[in-house]
Amino acid sequence: MLRYIGRRLLYMLLSLFLIITATFFLMRAAPGGPFSGEKKLPPEIEKNLNEFYGLDRPWYEQYFDYLTSIAQWDFGPSFKYKGQTVNDLINSGFPVSFFLGMEALLIAVGMGVLLGIIAALNHNKWQDYAAMIFAVLGISVPSFIMASLLQYVLAIKLGVFPVARWESFMHTILPAIALATGPTAFIARLTRSSMLEVLSNDYIRTAKAKGLSRMQITVRHAIRNALLPVVSYLGPLSAGVITGSFVIEKIFGIPGLGSHFVLSISNRDYTVIMGVTVFYSIILLAAILLVDIAYGLIDPRIKLAGGKKGE
Amino acid sequence: MKKRLSLLFSLMLVLSLFLAACGGFDKKESADDTKKGEDKKADVPQELHININTEPFSLHPGLANDSTSGTVLRQTFEGLTVIKDGKPDLAAAESYEVSDDLTTYTFKLRDAKWTNGDPVTAHDFEYAWKWALDPKNQSQYAYQLYYIKNGQAFNEGKAKAEDVGVKAIDDKTLQVTLENPTPYFLELTAFYTYYPVNSKIAQQNPDWYKNAGDQYTSNGPFKMVSWEHNSKIVLEKNENYWDANNVKLTKIEMVMVNDPNTELSMFNNGELDWAGSPTGNLPTDALPQLKQEGKLHVQPIAGTYWYKFNTEKAPLNNVNIRKALTYAIDRKAIVENITKGEQVPAMAAVPPTMFPENEKGYFKDNDVEKAKEHLQKGLEELGLKDVKDLPPITLSFNTSEAHAKIAQAIQDMWKKNLGIEVKLENAEWNVYIDKLHSGDYQIGRMGWLGDFNDPINFLELYRDKKGGNNDTNWENPKYKQLLIDSQKEKDSEKRLQMLKEAEAILMDELPIAPIYFYTQTWVQKDNLKGVELSGLGDVQFKWAYFE
Amino acid sequence: MQQIPKEMFQPASVDLSEAEKISKPSLSFWKDVSIRFRKNKLAMFGLVLLFILVFMAIFGPMMTPHDYRTNDLMNTNKPPSAEHWFGTDDLGRDIFARTWYGARISLFIGVAAALIDLFIGVLWGGIAAFRGGRTDEVMMRIADILWGVPYLLLVILLMVVLEQGLGTMILAMTITGWINMARIVRGQVLQLKNQEYVLAAQTLGASTSRIMFRHLIPNTMGPILVTMTLTIPSAIFTEAFLSYLGLGVPQPLASWGTMASDGVSALQYYPWRLFFPATMICLTIFAFNVVGDGLRDALDPRLRK
Repeated sequence: MLRYIGRRLLYMLLSLFLIITATFFLMRAAPGGPFSGEKKLPPEIEKNLNEFYGLDRPWYEQYFDYLTSIAQWDFGPSFKYKGQTVNDLINSGFPVSFFLGMEALLIAVGMGVLLGIIAALNHNKWQDYAAMIFAVLGISVPSFIMASLLQYVLAIKLGVFPVARWESFMHTILPAIALATGPTAFIARLTRSSMLEVLSNDYIRTAKAKGLSRMQITVRHAIRNALLPVVSYLGPLSAGVITGSFVIEKIFGIPGLGSHFVLSISNRDYTVIMGVTVFYSIILLAAILLVDIAYGLIDPRIKLAGGKKGE
Repeated sequence: MKKRLSLLFSLMLVLSLFLAACGGFDKKESADDTKKGEDKKADVPQELHININTEPFSLHPGLANDSTSGTVLRQTFEGLTVIKDGKPDLAAAESYEVSDDLTTYTFKLRDAKWTNGDPVTAHDFEYAWKWALDPKNQSQYAYQLYYIKNGQAFNEGKAKAEDVGVKAIDDKTLQVTLENPTPYFLELTAFYTYYPVNSKIAQQNPDWYKNAGDQYTSNGPFKMVSWEHNSKIVLEKNENYWDANNVKLTKIEMVMVNDPNTELSMFNNGELDWAGSPTGNLPTDALPQLKQEGKLHVQPIAGTYWYKFNTEKAPLNNVNIRKALTYAIDRKAIVENITKGEQVPAMAAVPPTMFPENEKGYFKDNDVEKAKEHLQKGLEELGLKDVKDLPPITLSFNTSEAHAKIAQAIQDMWKKNLGIEVKLENAEWNVYIDKLHSGDYQIGRMGWLGDFNDPINFLELYRDKKGGNNDTNWENPKYKQLLIDSQKEKDSEKRLQMLKEAEAILMDELPIAPIYFYTQTWVQKDNLKGVELSGLGDVQFKWAYFE
Repeated sequence: MQQIPKEMFQPASVDLSEAEKISKPSLSFWKDVSIRFRKNKLAMFGLVLLFILVFMAIFGPMMTPHDYRTNDLMNTNKPPSAEHWFGTDDLGRDIFARTWYGARISLFIGVAAALIDLFIGVLWGGIAAFRGGRTDEVMMRIADILWGVPYLLLVILLMVVLEQGLGTMILAMTITGWINMARIVRGQVLQLKNQEYVLAAQTLGASTSRIMFRHLIPNTMGPILVTMTLTIPSAIFTEAFLSYLGLGVPQPLASWGTMASDGVSALQYYPWRLFFPATMICLTIFAFNVVGDGLRDALDPRLRK
């Protein structure tokens, strides 16, 4: 297992390197630059700025500079936010996004799995249909519509929650729900469908024949095997969710990391683009590795490290 | 299995503890509640809550280059002059003298202090301006100081700092020499790039401007007490300010919420005292209702929304085709039904805040008859029989709901009125601006907001074919000459006449089709008074108070 | 024990022709599936709903005298009425006409994106998991890299390099869309490939592709169908996002995604602008979900009675 993880870490570094490289070239190929605006700068000033930030040097020099500074975990200064470094932006934005993301993840996994199990155990009964209708709504109403609806109904009309901003625990509830709706619905559907599959397996029948209670069968035998698709989905989901969502942060005025993903690209704020991409990729790759390790824990029959052995 | 379950539960427990621990920041709530209760009392708290949309790019006057930074700086700093009732008024300067040739200004500074008690001196101004012009400081707005003698040369590395025409004669006297007579110079000195910087601190600590704190000193009516990046800025009254007696607000809280609907909801909930321009935005769809309820405030500002024609691309190289397209737009319908902010239909380039007669403009709005005549003429000149034979035309705009609406409306008008079918194309901002600046477009949307209150700011855009912001490839020798001559004209009446003449040329050849003049719309607490809004869309809270 | 008299016995008349008869009529696999699917009322309802949506997408725009693009600036943001059944939008265009016109684009994009994602995702995830080892490693790392590169940047580049059009849009949509599907299929196949029936098939000398398509994929059908039903709405809204960047359908063409995104900002004032497109999206997803569920149940031989 340790050898497997070690090898995976090496692959992770390689993937990270490729992501950085691809992002670097895509970024530089995109039209515009950090200093292009509605009012065009006098050419001399633009030239001076490009020299200062080293944007006039050959691409390979810039590229290796980026690589070395990323290796030192120093993403450099933001081009737009004068006086703030990319590390500052990440350090101040990530805790907020992480907190919100974890809250949403807890809701999504807890509610989603519960709903899915209830629906599967009551296949084609009203509970199943109710869960299905909820899931359909959750899947087809994207988070930006959900956020506006929640804000309108619960904050503006009923006044139960604050409209926006990030000041107390109450402020976190609406954005967390909005963020969690889609994943909750999807997890519920996934759980239900794989639960149904698992429940028709022979070993469940055996367990029933042995006289185990429904509860015991569900908890001991079914859930464990049914969760695998959920776990596959959970890796990228959690990476995406804890690094923040642009629309949710925009609608609720939350100072998270998500807005930097989008704004840095539309601002062509090169250093921020690289910084947040690297940061996000590390979280993503780590989450995917965890998922693969989790596979083995959930189902001992899965052997990832085995190479050819599986065939 | 049991082990794993218990692990799961303990994990959840830890997480919920973590959530609860982080939930320990609800002091704010009670403060808000008391605020609501106090509204009725005679002693109104003088605390203002506004939204500034986004994180300011920089709160260093020499580095700032966006309107959010401008809004904050305008409250914390003070220039030689300040715009009051639409005119420049003395601020940090006590008096000034102008030489006969209008190129040398001598300012006498009043006794004033920085927030830390240091005196504000002429050296602080000299230091600040030269700092911004110094090419090694990477100021993007350095060009705002190019009016000063050798300012541009120094910024481009062609002159030394000593050659720049700004000099502190003594602690209280500042002498400024200009490159050319600049009739609007006192407007410029109210702009933030012209603000002073506490040279004592800045020389010791080059990072003074990065965060709030002891090192962040300013000389304006308010001081910055906290700056939570991406979230909130808090200003408090500056007791060291020379005119502190006239500053009634004790605190300004500026939150950063970049969503118009949220902003308005927060205002309706009493969390903001002001929503909308100039610091934020109102949702367009809310405007009719707000207007109906009598809550909406509207003020014209110096800006024009226009379509640019690429005059080197067929068929837009034909002036009659351009005229036909320009005349066949129903601007009144657009401002009343789409933009809804009481914008003024524009049949001229310079906004009425500068040329009041431009409310009427140079041609009739929605003049379909004349448009058809010009279309016919244009087709003949191009040797075409029918509108259908016109080369295809694409109308480009940068992505935004508002631009998309206007473009679709105009597309429909051209189809109905002239039978011309135009293709729409939108693009992400940087992609769009790149295409526009490189001439890779036919008709493109653009707007211009005045930097200072003078028509030249709008007209000089189209002076040179290759001028940075022209984009239309249009140039006219007579137009160019008029603008150049106007810079040297000392009689302001005559100068304005020359500028009007130039505008008439522009409106006859129409490299641009003006659509409307901008306004700003907002809602505010009824008992908030004394907020100063300039014609350029700047806000000053120095004199603001709650009744 | 009681004595049984001889009279109680009768000779059984063995009719050989009877023995050859099968009590249950012989059915091909697909016939069986279709019978069982038709018995599922909810699934049938979903199927009918889908037919109605497609019907309206084709004929809906013809049922009203208004077209999807003509502006009427004097009648903007009017609530539903006898004249405009779904009301008008902020350019005074008829929302009924726009909704059904938009249905053509959104339904097409949703289904096309889902099918392409399905195709690539199942193959990619299936092969990666089944071959395992290095192949798995490399294939999944490619997916990670695509997922890690900022999508917005990818799209901007696509827009610069390629012409605006349906092909570009679908490319932009599927370039990363299949990854989710691939991950889920991979996870499932990893779990299944060591089960006894696969081993049995292998021992019997079944080819890899036979094992993949006859044994593994059918058993991951549940998660695959669920993921597909997620792909459809996400494609519909990705289209809106791409339009926003200039890569989607050009204005004034309508699609549900752009109509709903536009409508959100008007939620408090003109809710019908959001309500109709959003409802259509929900109905579509609902229909696909129940049809998907019904199909899954019908395909599952274990549920056969």
